[in-house]
Amino acid sequence: MTLEELMNAPAPASGWVLAQDCAETGLDPDDIRQEMARRIGEMRASIERGLKSDARSITGMVGWNAKGLWDAPDVLGAPLLRRVQAYAMAVNEENARMGRIVAAPTAGSAGTIPGALIGVADHLGLPDERLVDPLILAAGVGKAISKRMFISGAAGGCQAEIGSSAAMAAAAVTELLGGTPRAAVHAASLALMNTIGLVCDPVGGYVEVPCVSRNAFFAVHAVSAAQLALAQLESFIPPDEVLGAMASVGRMMPAALRETADGGLAQTPTGLAVTARMEGREPEGDLPGGMVELPMA
Amino acid sequence: MSLLDMIGPVMIGPSSSHTAGACRLGLVAHHLLGEAPRRAVIGLHASFAKTGRGHGTHLALVAGLLGFAPDAPHLPRAFEEAEAAGLTVEFRDVDLGDVHPNTAHIDLHGETQHVTVQGSSTGGGVIQVTQVQGLGVNFSGSNPTVLLRYIDAVGMIARIATTIAADGVNIAALTCTRENRGGLALLAIELDAPLSEQALAFFNRWSDTDWVRMLPKLMDG
Repeated sequence: MTLEELMNAPAPASGWVLAQDCAETGLDPDDIRQEMARRIGEMRASIERGLKSDARSITGMVGWNAKGLWDAPDVLGAPLLRRVQAYAMAVNEENARMGRIVAAPTAGSAGTIPGALIGVADHLGLPDERLVDPLILAAGVGKAISKRMFISGAAGGCQAEIGSSAAMAAAAVTELLGGTPRAAVHAASLALMNTIGLVCDPVGGYVEVPCVSRNAFFAVHAVSAAQLALAQLESFIPPDEVLGAMASVGRMMPAALRETADGGLAQTPTGLAVTARMEGREPEGDLPGGMVELPMA
Repeated sequence: MSLLDMIGPVMIGPSSSHTAGACRLGLVAHHLLGEAPRRAVIGLHASFAKTGRGHGTHLALVAGLLGFAPDAPHLPRAFEEAEAAGLTVEFRDVDLGDVHPNTAHIDLHGETQHVTVQGSSTGGGVIQVTQVQGLGVNFSGSNPTVLLRYIDAVGMIARIATTIAADGVNIAALTCTRENRGGLALLAIELDAPLSEQALAFFNRWSDTDWVRMLPKLMDG
C-alpha cells in the first residue's frame, strides 16, 4: 500500500484501506471496525482521565498540563484549538503516568490522533460512530508510512514518530469532514513535509518532555493540514517522495538525536540535572531555576 | 503489520517500544517455558538498560513473564504480583553486541523447565525474537509460531512440514538454525493458525524431537 495508491483509490479511502488490509491479513472487516470502535472508546477514556488528573508522572516533569489548559480561560476565543491541545496532552500525560492508552502509532505519539480527531468531532458535535472509518484511514496511512520509513523515534527521530501520527491524524480529519482520498493523502503529506528533520530528544530518556506538549502542537498541526487540504491545497512534492525524503533524513540523523537522550533538550543543564536525579546521582550544585521538585527515587 | 498494529495496541504507558514491546518479549518467554516461572535473570542491552527503569521496562518484562498482556491494568504492580506468584527476578545491564538498542536476554527457570529468549522491541509494540535456547530465530509473534528442537538429520524439515500440512495449517514463514551438522537444530515456523493438540502431541512423541512449543499470536492484527 503506497500513498500514491491510496490517493487514487475509490472514495471513501477508509473503505479501500480496510478491503486491502483484510485481503492481506485474512482478518474480518467487521471485526476490525468493531475493534476500532472499541479503541475510540479507549482513547476517549484516556482523554477523560487525563483532563481530570493532575497527578505527577514518574519523574514529576509532567502531569498537570492538560488539566491546567482545560481549566484555564479561553483567552484566544478559539475553543477548537484549546480542546485539541488539551485532549492530546491528556492522553500523553496518562501515558507518562503509566495509565492505559492506545498507541497511535506509538505511545509517545498517542495523543495526536485522539486530540485531532476526537477534538474536532466534539467541537462539531459529531458522534463517535463517525470516527471509526477515519481511524481506519489513519491506520492505513500509518501502514503506508511504515512500509517506506520508520515510525519510531529511535529509528528516524521524532519526525518518524509524531510526524507519522500527525500525517495519520490529518488524513483522518480530512475524511471525517468529507474530503476525498486525494485530499486526505495530501493532508498527510503536508503534515509530513512540515516535520522533516524533527529530532527525538526526550529529557532523561522519558516520554514526557518535550513529548507531552509536542503532541498538543502536532494535533493542531494535523487539523491545520486537514484544513489546507479540504480547501484543495496540495503538497507540491508528491506524497511518496516526501516519505522518501523523511527516510533519507532519518538515516542521516546522528544517534544522539534519535531517542538516546544524548542530544537536544535532553542535554540542557536542566535535562542533565533531571537525569542525574532520576538515576539516583545528585546533580552537581543546585538544580537550575524553573524546575519542578522531583520525587527522590 | 495490520491496521490494528498502527492504531494500537491498547497498552499501559509510557512507551510502546519500552513497555508494550518489553511485555511481549516477556510473554514469549512465559509461553515457551510452558510452566509457572520461578526465577528469571534478565539482561538489558543499550537503551533498555539506559532508560528502561523510568519507562517501566522492568515492570513490563516481569508482567510478560507472568503472562500479563500489554494492556493489563495491574502491569505497574508487576513486582508485587511476581512476589505473590513466587517469581524472583534479577536484572543485569549487558552488552549483547551489534543488536537493536532495545534488546533483552531472558533466562527463565520453572520447576522443571528452562528457556532462554533474546529479542528486540523495534517500535510501536512490535518485537523481533532473535534467539531461543541459544539458537538463532527470526519471528515477531504476529502469527502463531511453533518451535521444535531436534537432532539435525536428513528429511526432518520435510517430516515436520508434512505433519503441519496434514493438520490443515498453512506455513507463513520458517527459520531453521543448527549448532552444527548432526547437532541440535531449532525450527521456528510461523503459521496462519495454531496447530491442533494432536499434531503437537505427535511431535512430542518423536524420539529425535526433544522440545516442542506452540507460541500463540501475540499481536492484535
